[in-house]
Amino acid sequence: MQMGNKKMKDSSRETFYNNFKKTLKSFVVMLPVLLGVILLIGLFKTYITPDLISSIFKGELLQDTFIGSLIGSISAGNPISSFIIGGELLKEGVSLFAVTAFIVAWVTVGIIQLPAEASILGKRFALTRNFISFVFAIIVAIATVLTLRIFT
Amino acid sequence: MKQNKNDRNRQSNKSLSYGLSFLAFVIVLYIVIFFFNSDNFFTSLKSSKDIIIQILPILVFVIVMMIFVNLLLKPKNVSKLLGGESGIRGWLLAIFMGLLSHGPIYVWYPLLKNLQDSGMRSGLIAVFLYNRAVKIPLLPVMIFYFGIGFAVILTFYMIIASVLEGKIIEIAEKSFNGKKKIDI
Repeated sequence: MQMGNKKMKDSSRETFYNNFKKTLKSFVVMLPVLLGVILLIGLFKTYITPDLISSIFKGELLQDTFIGSLIGSISAGNPISSFIIGGELLKEGVSLFAVTAFIVAWVTVGIIQLPAEASILGKRFALTRNFISFVFAIIVAIATVLTLRIFT
Repeated sequence: MKQNKNDRNRQSNKSLSYGLSFLAFVIVLYIVIFFFNSDNFFTSLKSSKDIIIQILPILVFVIVMMIFVNLLLKPKNVSKLLGGESGIRGWLLAIFMGLLSHGPIYVWYPLLKNLQDSGMRSGLIAVFLYNRAVKIPLLPVMIFYFGIGFAVILTFYMIIASVLEGKIIEIAEKSFNGKKKIDI
């Protein structure tokens, strides 16, 4: 009986160890691409400033919504930054449609993360998902602002 | 079984070599920037270091989750919960998992890859990733800047969009796989 318990303990310890090794190995494979993405985000934060972003909007509703989604897609970083930049853009007269598309695309589309997503989850999946998310950022923005206008 | 293991090894070697080339490209970019503008080089490097420090606890959490997923969830179970026959329960589970997840999108890729290998549907991966964008802890900040009505309506539409996106991805995948079979 005791021998049986010991055997079971050894076998579950071995299973845990094997799983640990397997997980670590699959993580190490993904590490270079994750590190590359983090370094790219560092570059983005240095070169793409809020002033640069606000200078791109033209004052045309549909065009600005598209631009908002586009800039949100190539942006990266904490979503709080997108709220702060979005708030500033609103103060500068950029439409709520464009700002909403910008903050939605910021969190749903990841052009900078695309190499990592494609390498880990598959190229076709990553491209399709990001493209649909880009279009949806515009649709969600229009739907949100129109619904908000109905209720307020 | 051996064939599967060989395929997996080949796939992971391919991923590693792609990752290393991508990392090498970014390092070359940094070297070029260093020669043109060393201030920006150091600022970018500091930003990256800050990001790494910020995501480190989440990365550790993801690794621990991956170990437990490997240990407790066998492909048969994943397939039942999040696979082809998971039904509406699978969609709801993916939505909640996405809503509750925390941290940047890329730290979740390894865990999702694990689940994908065990049979998780690609539509549900998309649903998870879209809902991960709905940051519940950050809702007060959004309310502060844009108002409660905006936050509620946006969150509602984002959850709907996530399901639509998942469905579209599955339809696209089915039609691609169908085409591939016809080509063969």
